[in-house]
Parts: sequence; structure tokens; C-alpha cells
Amino acid sequence: MGQIQLKQVTKTFGDVEVIPPLDLTIQDGEFTVFVGPSGCGKSTLLRLIAGLEDITAGHIEIDGKDATDVVPAKRGLAMVFQSYALYPHMTVRKNIAFPLRMAKLGKAEINKRVENAASVLNLTDYLERRPGQLSGGQRQRVAIGRAIVREPVAFLLDEPLSNLDAALRVGMRLEISELHKRLETTMVYVTHDQVEAMTMADKIVVLQAGRIEQVGSPLELYRTPCNTFVAGFIGSPKMNLITGGEAGKYDAHTIGVRPEHIDVVESGGQWKGTVGVAEHLGSDTFFHIHNTGLAEMVTVRAIGDVSLTHGDTIHLTPRAGEIHRFNAGGLRIA
Amino acid sequence: MARAVKTQRKIITTIAAWTIGLIIFFPIFWTILTSFKTEAQAINDPPLFFTFDWTFENYAVVQERSDYMKFLWNSVIIAGGSTLLGILVAIPAAWSMAFVPSKRTKDILLWMLSTKMLPAVGVLYPISLLFVEFNLLDTRSGLMVVLMLINLPIIVWMLFTYFKEIPGEILEAARMDGAKFKEEILYVLTPMAIPGIASTVLLNFILAWNEAFWTLNLTAAKAAPLSAFIASYSSPEGLFFAKLSAASTMAIAPVLILGWFSQKQLVRGLTFGAVK
Repeated sequence: MGQIQLKQVTKTFGDVEVIPPLDLTIQDGEFTVFVGPSGCGKSTLLRLIAGLEDITAGHIEIDGKDATDVVPAKRGLAMVFQSYALYPHMTVRKNIAFPLRMAKLGKAEINKRVENAASVLNLTDYLERRPGQLSGGQRQRVAIGRAIVREPVAFLLDEPLSNLDAALRVGMRLEISELHKRLETTMVYVTHDQVEAMTMADKIVVLQAGRIEQVGSPLELYRTPCNTFVAGFIGSPKMNLITGGEAGKYDAHTIGVRPEHIDVVESGGQWKGTVGVAEHLGSDTFFHIHNTGLAEMVTVRAIGDVSLTHGDTIHLTPRAGEIHRFNAGGLRIA
Repeated sequence: MARAVKTQRKIITTIAAWTIGLIIFFPIFWTILTSFKTEAQAINDPPLFFTFDWTFENYAVVQERSDYMKFLWNSVIIAGGSTLLGILVAIPAAWSMAFVPSKRTKDILLWMLSTKMLPAVGVLYPISLLFVEFNLLDTRSGLMVVLMLINLPIIVWMLFTYFKEIPGEILEAARMDGAKFKEEILYVLTPMAIPGIASTVLLNFILAWNEAFWTLNLTAAKAAPLSAFIASYSSPEGLFFAKLSAASTMAIAPVLILGWFSQKQLVRGLTFGAVK
């Protein structure tokens, strides 16, 4: 079991309210991702759940029991830190065994569980090494190993991949997703990277300035962002947000069109502009277009390799069913 | 070109380092050298470097006139005891300042240091009165407490700086892993802070070992440590440079050897690889 409920949880540091009263339920077994720009309070929220910070007001319930005043060690949660936070003076074996030792388990049981975790995470050959002798990816795996051995009710992961290089990050992303599928334990994952959020999450919680902007599955957020912030944050490249006369035609203050929902046409499209930068990825081409009269810059994704370059005129047509409309307050018009 | 400049720079810094090192070491070297001269050779003009009759006579006389072992034992107990007491008080203090700082932590640190801004003689009278009142004159326990208090600000400062370098996330990880406060200090913080604690202990031991103001003023015969042993040779009977040097050499030898053996331990860093 691993259901986590936040009820009117509030956090202030001095006079600054970093988390205004907030309600959220994380279901048992769910992979929930907190995503938002830096400083949005997502790490603070995770630390509140962990118990590493005291909440100013409200309640936290784990599996229906009030855990608000329970010390971190007693909440049954495991955490993976951004910096890994391994114990430098202990071998990998001792690092992974530490939570079991604290739980006063028998030696044989500890060894069994450590070896088990090590084999799952491909660490068997490194058990006698110290963290200083490991690569970044291996350290990350030790940190995960230390979290899984104690079979927690939920895992809290605080930007666990941000210290890894891009290639390793993709690999570890898959490993963590697979681990979640196998363990079926609740995971709460904090990231500022919306790609990680989209690829891993069952449920995404988009945060801004300590407030929840929207909660939903990745595709819900992608298809029906509830406001311009979520619209701009989820999806890569960013959604084009267009205000003014063009939006007025759609009876909205702002309209949003994703780069992949604008077609490049030979001539006579709805919009016209000059190609600024063309990014050729082979499978796709991203055009950054100026002088459309719509917005500072419009981004368009074309399938395959389209041979238009800097300075060329480009004709565009947005797909009719894929235009998101927002009112003056930035909220979605249904 | 660049490499030549680099080599040149290396040579210059090496020479500079050695020069400074030798200048600093020279008084100790001269003391040791003088201790092997006769009294006449010790005050010879021009000074004699190696061309004198080496003799151990001074050591024999010094040992004969005063019981070296008694002073040594007092020094060990006073310096060791004050260091141990200091560490026991300073570790919790530095821990709380480094990991659960309050708004006033910086002020407290500075205020503590302010006690070092007063010349020791400024509090000689009140401390002497207290010593008389509590029957602590010429006792090792009294000196232990005074020396501990004198060095405490420095110990707390040093430990605070070392603790500050330990990433707080590692302690939080220990808490998440189920460690109680005691286990967190015992299994995680202390092992990581050992190089820092070791150098603090050594420095404090040396400071207490060489302390002369309080040891000379608050002891007579029973509790006198090696600093008093040296001082007894710069007496009004006349100047006995060679014997004074022999006594000094005997007094500094133990810490010199201790420092030499512990230097590797002191510079070893343990925190590498903990956090990226």
C-alpha cells in the first residue's frame, strides 16, 4: 500500500509562502511526476511528504493514517536524492545495507536482500567498492538500490537524473520506469524536464509558484491544457501562443497551436512568414519562423527533411481541430 | 613556451616554499643544535654551526636536576584531558550550529571568538580567585578546565567549518533510511568528519601542550607541565642557553613526533564521491 494524501498542506519560510494551501491525492502504485520551472516548489513539496521539512499547516496522510508529525524514518518512505547522497565512507554493500541495519534485520536477511537488489541493478561486481570509485550512473543505481531494499510504501525521487549526461539519462529513465512496472510501488518523482514527465508518469502534477496548475495523465495535459502556462510547459517544442487579431477570429484572447499541428504548404496557406532557423533532425525539421504578424516567432515541426532554409518564405496552415482557445485570464475556453 | 613558463613557475614556488619553511623551522633547528653544545660554545660569537664538540652533557644535567618524566606526565594529562573535554563539548555545539542553524548562530560564533580578543592577563585575577576559592591551585584538573575553556572557541570554530563541508543531504538520507539521531551522529557524521576531528584534536593538543601563561601562573610543583620545566632553566641564576635548549628540545619532542606521524591522517579527505 502507498496512498499519499495532502490536505490543505501549506509551507511558509519566514514571511514567504512557498506552498499556498494545497490538496492532492497520490494513489497506491501510481507513478506521479511533479513538474514545473525551477523555484516552483516541487522539491519543497517532496521534502514535505518525506518529512524533511515541517509543514506550516494542513495534514499529510499515508495510507489513511495521519503522518504530519511522524519523523522521516518512521514514514516508511524511501528517497533518492539529486546528489545521490551516498555514504562516502561505506562500500556499496554497506550503503545498500544501511537502511536494513537501521531496521535491525538479521545478517543473513540483510545479505540476501542486498545481493538481490545488486543483481537487479547490475551492481554485483561493485559491492566492495566505495562510491568515489563509481561512475555517475553507478552511483545513481546505488542510491536506488538503497531505496528499494527496505521495500518502502513509496519512493520519492528528487530530480534523480539531472546529474547524468544525456545518453545515460535516457537509459536510466527506462530503468526507473521498468523498476516501477516490476515493483508496482508508488513513486513520486520531481523533475523540471517535461520530457521525463511525459515519458514516465501515470499522472503529472504541473506546479507554478507552489500552486497546482493542473493534474492529469500526460496525454490529458497534452490534449487539453487547462491554461496557457500548462499549454506552454507541456510539449516539446513549446506550443505557439498567439494573441491579437488572429486569436479574435477564433473568438478567443489567445490561441495555442502546437508545432506539430501546423502544416507546411506549397502556397496560399492561412499564415505566411520567413524562415529564421531550420533545425534538420532527419526524421523531423523544426522551423523557427519570423514575420508572420502573429507572434515574435512561430515554431513548426515538419515531418521528414523539408528543404527550406534561412530567409525562405514559408506558407503555413494550422489544423482545424487542433487549436486551443484561451480567455483573457489565460484559462481554456471549452 | 607555455610549458617553459610553467616549469619556471614551479621552480620559483618550490624555492619560495622551502625558504619560508626553513625560516620557520630555523629557531627549532637552532634550539636542537644548541642543546648539543657546551655552555661556552652556545654563546660563541660568531655562532657555531656544526664545528663544535657534540655533547649529551646538557641532557644528563637537565634530567638529573629535574624529573623530566613527572613534567611530561603532567603535560600529557593536562593537554590530553583538556582536549578530550573540549571535543566532548564542541562536537554537539558545532553540530547544532552547522546543521540546525538559527538566526543567531553567526552572532554566537563571533561572540565566542571575542573571548580570544582579551589578553589572558586581563582575567588572571578573577581566575586566580576562583582557583583559590575552589582549591584548584596547582592541580591538573583545574588546569585542564582552564585550558579547555581557553581553546574551546577555536575547537568549535574548526569543527563547525569541517561539519559545514559535509553535505546536509547525506544526513537527510540517513534520516530517510531510518537512522535515529544517535545513529546518524555515530555511523554517518562522525566517520565522515574524522579527518576534521583528528586535526582539531591535534591542534588543540599542541596548543594546550605549549600553553605557558596559565600553566606558569596556576601551578607550582605538583601539577607543573613541561612549559614550567623549560621556564625553570631561564632563571635568575644566569643564562644557561645550552641547558635551556636541551630542556626545550625534550619538551617539544613528543608533540613533534606526534605531529609527524599524524600528518597523513590529517590531510586525507574522506568526502570525495559522496555527492556529485
